[in-house]
This record gives sequence, structure tokens and C-alpha cells, in this order.
Amino acid sequence: MRKMLAAVSRVLLGAAQKPVAAGEASRVLVASRNFANDATFEIKKCDLHRLEEGPPETTVLTREDGLRYYRMMQTVRRMELKADQLYKQKIIRGFCHLCDGQEACCVGLEAGINPTDHLITAYRAHGFTFTRGLTVREILAELTGRRGGCAKGKGGSMHMYAKNFYGGNGIVGAQVPLGAGIALACKYNGKDEVCLTLYGDGAANQGQIFEAYNMAALWKLPCIFICENNRYGMGTSVERAAASTDYYKRGDFIPGLRVDGMDILCVREATKFAAAHCRAGKGPILMELQTYRYHGHSMSDPGVSYRTREEIQEVRSKSDPIMLLTDRMVNNDLASVEELKEIDVEVRKEIEDAAQFATADPEPPLEELGYHIYSSDPPFEVRGANQWIKFKSIS
Amino acid sequence: MDEELERDEKVFLLGEEVAQYDGAYKVSRGLWKKYGDKRIIDTPISEMGFAGIAVGAAMAGLRPICEFMTFNFSMQAIDQVINSAAKTYYMSAGLQPVPIVFRGPNGASAGVAAQHSQCFAAWYGHCPGLKVVSPWNSEDAKGLIKSAIRDNNPVVMLENELMYGVAFELPEAAQSKDFLVPIGKAKIERPGTHITVVSHSRPVGHCLEAATVLSKEGIECEVINMRTIRPMDIETIEASVMKTNHLVTVEGGWPQFGVGAEISARIMEGPAFNYLDAPAVRVTGADVPMPYAKILEDNSVPQVKDIIFAIKKALNI
Repeated sequence: MRKMLAAVSRVLLGAAQKPVAAGEASRVLVASRNFANDATFEIKKCDLHRLEEGPPETTVLTREDGLRYYRMMQTVRRMELKADQLYKQKIIRGFCHLCDGQEACCVGLEAGINPTDHLITAYRAHGFTFTRGLTVREILAELTGRRGGCAKGKGGSMHMYAKNFYGGNGIVGAQVPLGAGIALACKYNGKDEVCLTLYGDGAANQGQIFEAYNMAALWKLPCIFICENNRYGMGTSVERAAASTDYYKRGDFIPGLRVDGMDILCVREATKFAAAHCRAGKGPILMELQTYRYHGHSMSDPGVSYRTREEIQEVRSKSDPIMLLTDRMVNNDLASVEELKEIDVEVRKEIEDAAQFATADPEPPLEELGYHIYSSDPPFEVRGANQWIKFKSIS
Repeated sequence: MDEELERDEKVFLLGEEVAQYDGAYKVSRGLWKKYGDKRIIDTPISEMGFAGIAVGAAMAGLRPICEFMTFNFSMQAIDQVINSAAKTYYMSAGLQPVPIVFRGPNGASAGVAAQHSQCFAAWYGHCPGLKVVSPWNSEDAKGLIKSAIRDNNPVVMLENELMYGVAFELPEAAQSKDFLVPIGKAKIERPGTHITVVSHSRPVGHCLEAATVLSKEGIECEVINMRTIRPMDIETIEASVMKTNHLVTVEGGWPQFGVGAEISARIMEGPAFNYLDAPAVRVTGADVPMPYAKILEDNSVPQVKDIIFAIKKALNI
């Protein structure tokens, strides 16, 4: 049936005069085709630490959700690749840590929580900034340091904020106690909200993380500690950095699970499981997401001096998160290759428009250099490079 | 703190021994009994961790008071104070305020030696995004802590252990539940005509003692209590210097890159410079890690005699 439809669509496309008509034609064909509403998938069992049971090993993916996840992951992927391009053109400067390869983490985590829950992460944050609700436009414009950026150009790559998203933090590990504090506020306010507190395999060896584990467990804070293990802390592989690479066990007295971070359904189910644990008042829980970054640590790191191109290629061909979702959806009648390609076209356009804006938007006005020192205060003067240069500071 | 805890349920206190022990220096005595575990929280010995937790709670909309048993231990947590608290409102272009108070005893005590005697006024005063206050007497302490708690910005309150035990008459106005001392405004504790003496925290008392002694010799000192380190009220100091033509600064901290150094630099840049009849003089702690033996410790902090000597030098007497 599918082959026949594909053949018919090819004929129609070939016959069409205008590209719009072709699109319409294929869309008409697609709309008239019956997709499955949903499909059930088996997902990998998670390794468990101090847990009797883990997340379910099967899950249902609806067509609607699948298309949404696909679009989001593709948007993050394309956005990061565009950032790579802009950086090489020197339109983005300074630090730029890309997360292509890790899309199942940011999209899967968001799928497992509510918008009223909270999330904090470190500096590899562009994907989360998007999944937490900001537009590609304001993210790219922040990377290029323009006034249309989500932080008006004041923050840059590592300091983007949104509602219930606390950045974007530059100091490795510092975001983890912050996340436990946000969880404390969740418990204090009594609204059953949870805080997802992310850190990498490199940060996992920071002492302040263990301080946060201790207090979160003592006070039963609704904090989901999440180690995004992409196997390398900058140029140091996990084997060279950690005496124990079982990051999901490093919380010791905190129950943990190790999750396939390349499978968005696995991430989603694990997140729902973890959130339920916290909302039930059982205290913190730890998730290790095993994932991979295609880029180096940052744009200054080619990423091949400490790992082989073969390794990168192997992950791309066998475990790419977008590919895994695509295969599942197409093979189970949840979507067609054509319609996913259409989404690609729309995503590319969105990214292109955003990049245009991010390149053309002017830099913040110099007069605003002194703004936002203090909140809720009357205006005052801020000193510039010498005593005669003064900037006005308003809240 | 009691009044502010009662007034706003988002306010809470955390730190080592603040709850069941009633506070290492009894500052929070009775609060845990009155407000319970939710609002008065004993922490493990994890400064970096609990300071970060406090900052996170502030980001999420609560109004924490984070106590450091002394500010010496804040060095463990200083990244959270500066990078997570002070800079965030600016980095987020005004999206993310951090309404937190960091408080505790600062500076020299008595016989506690080098690792427990450092003054952090210059270190915290250096950083944009922070407010830094330094009370001397009871009125200062009460009014400043209330202002700090109500302020939507990160405020560092540098208290003084030796001053905890000193009693002051609290004026009628200061007894009100809404009595506030504004942050960023210095107070002239004693008006004078011959010389401006500027100080903060415990040394303010020493300056007033010196002023009393010198008054008998016909020298009238104008003693200014800074109350706030950042944002500094340089205008009050300038107006005073323009009147007296002489300046002595007094602080407990080390001399290099200190509060007095900043005041001197700013006086040079402003209108008061042309009114100086002599260079500004600084009285500070000795430029050494604090020694233990009493004779050494006594001579490592500014004493009344050192202030008198400096005033006379400035006046060329």
C-alpha cells in the first residue's frame, strides 16, 4: 500500500507545475492516508540502584507526540548546526557548547514533566533553552550578542533564562546546589512541582554535588539529579576522571537509574518515573542519561584528539536519536518519510529566518551597559573605564 | 529577623546551628521554637552546598537568609555568592532577581587566630551586583537586616562577633516593626569641624572614643559611620571633607586594596580633593595574618591610640 502511494505521489509531483502544488499534492495524499494513532514500543530496561522497580519497559507513542518530538529534536539539531556555522563565520564569539547528538535528552526530559516544573543545567544549554519555551530566534540572537537576544545580549551562550528555566550556568557543578534550592522552594510552596537538576559526567566529581545530594536526601527535596553522561568531560574520558563511572550510583543513599539517553522514549519514561517518585514525597532521585555529543566540548575543540572519528561515526549511524525516532515512526505507520521531510523543510526555514534576524539585529545600545545591576532600585550611576565615563543603571 | 519572618512567609533562615542550638552566637535564639523546621533550617557543614541551595531558593522566589557561622567560611561558598547570586540579574538582563541575604560575623574576634579573623568588606565590596552592609550598633543591626531582607538583591551583611554582646540604647523610632535603615546611606554619628573620621563596624566605637579624648584637647572630630560598604555613600564623606579639610579612614581589614584605599581614591576624583589640606590617612589592621598571642593580636587591630595618632598626624599636630 505504501509503495503504491509513494509511486502515485511521485507521478503527481512530477506532473505538478509549481512547487507549492507539489507540496499540496503530497500533503493531500498524506492527509488522505490512514496512519496509526499510536504504537507500542519496547524500551530498554534501566539499570537500577536502590530501587525495586524501574520505569516500564514498554510505552505507547502517539502519532501526535511523535511528530512533535521529531520536530523539536530536528529544530534543536538544526539550531546547533547553524550556531556552528555562525561561529565559524565569527558572528558568534566566545564560548559555544553544542548539544547535537543529545537531543533525546532535552526533548525527552521535557516530555516527562510539566511546564510548571523547573529545570536547571550547565553551559551546554541551548537545547534546554528551546525545550523550556524560548524561540530559536531569541536564542540565536543571544548567541550573536544582539538586543533581540533572550538576555538582550548581556548573557551570551551560557546565560539564557526562561520561565522555570534557571539557565545556563558557567561554573561547573555550581548549578547542582542551585537546583536543590529550587527543589527546596518547590517543597516549601507545596505545589507538587519538581526540579530537574542537570550536570555532566565531568561535573559529577565536584564536591558541591555531594553536598547537594546529602541535603536533598536529608530534607527529602523533590530534586531529580540528572547526570548527562556524554563520555567525555572536555578532553578527559570518564575512565580517566572517575574512580567509579557508575554515575547513577554515585548518589549512594539516593536511588538511581541508568537510562539510554539516545532513545527519547526511554528518557521520557524514566523522567515520568523519577518525577512520580519525587511528587510522592520520597525525596530525591538520580538519573544517568547515557548520551553522546557529536561536536567537541566547545567550538574551540575539534573533538578528535581524545576520541576517534570512527567512534563518532559509529554513534551517528547506530544510535542517532532523531534516526531512532524516525525509524520507529515510519516502520510503525505513525508517519511517512515525506511528511517528516516536510517538517525538515519547515524547520530549516525557521532556523534560516532566525539566523537572518540574529545576524541583522543590532547590538544592544551602549547606554544600556550599566543596566540591571540591581533589581527594583531607583536609577543610579555606574562607573565606566575612567571617572568621567558614567553609565546610567536602571533596574 | 523575627519581625521579618512574621511579616513575610517567604522569608526563612538556614545555616549551621541556627535552629536547635539557637545560633552559634545566639543571634537566632527562639526563632526555631517559634517558626519550626520549615522556616529555620539547620544545615550540615556544607557551605558551598547550602549557600548554593539558598541562592537557588531565592531564584525560585523565596527570600532566604543564609548564615555563615563566620565569613571566613564563606570563602568555601564564595563562588555561589558572586557567580550565582551577584551577577545573575545582570547576565539575565533583568529576568532573574536573587533576593537573598548572606549574614554572619566578619573580621577579628578575640584570640581566634589567623584563619578565623579575616575581614571580607573589601572582597565583597569589590563586586558589582552585591550590596554590602556593615552595622556598628543595635540600631544599625536592626535597621539594616530588615532593609536587607526586604531588598530584592543579594545583600551581604557583615556583623561583628564582639559587638553582639554590647548593649545600646535603642531610640523610640528604632523600636517600630517597620524601622528600616536605608542601604547606601552613611550616618554622621558625631558632628565636628576639624577632621572627618570615617569608619564601619566595631571601629566606629573606637573612633568615637578617640573623638571624646581629642575633644578635651580642642579637636572636634566628625565621625561618620558608613553603615554601607557598597553602594558607598561617598557624598556624605565628601560633604564632610569639604567642611573639615582633613580625612582619616579607619577599618579592621588589611590595608592593601581596602575600604580606606577606595575612599581615598574616590576623594581624589571628586570635588573634595581641592578642600584637603593634607593627604588622607588610613588606619587599618596590620598587614599580617592575625597572630594569636594577646600582645600581638592587640597590635594587629586599630586601637584608639592609633586612631588618635593618625588624626593628629593628619592635622599636623
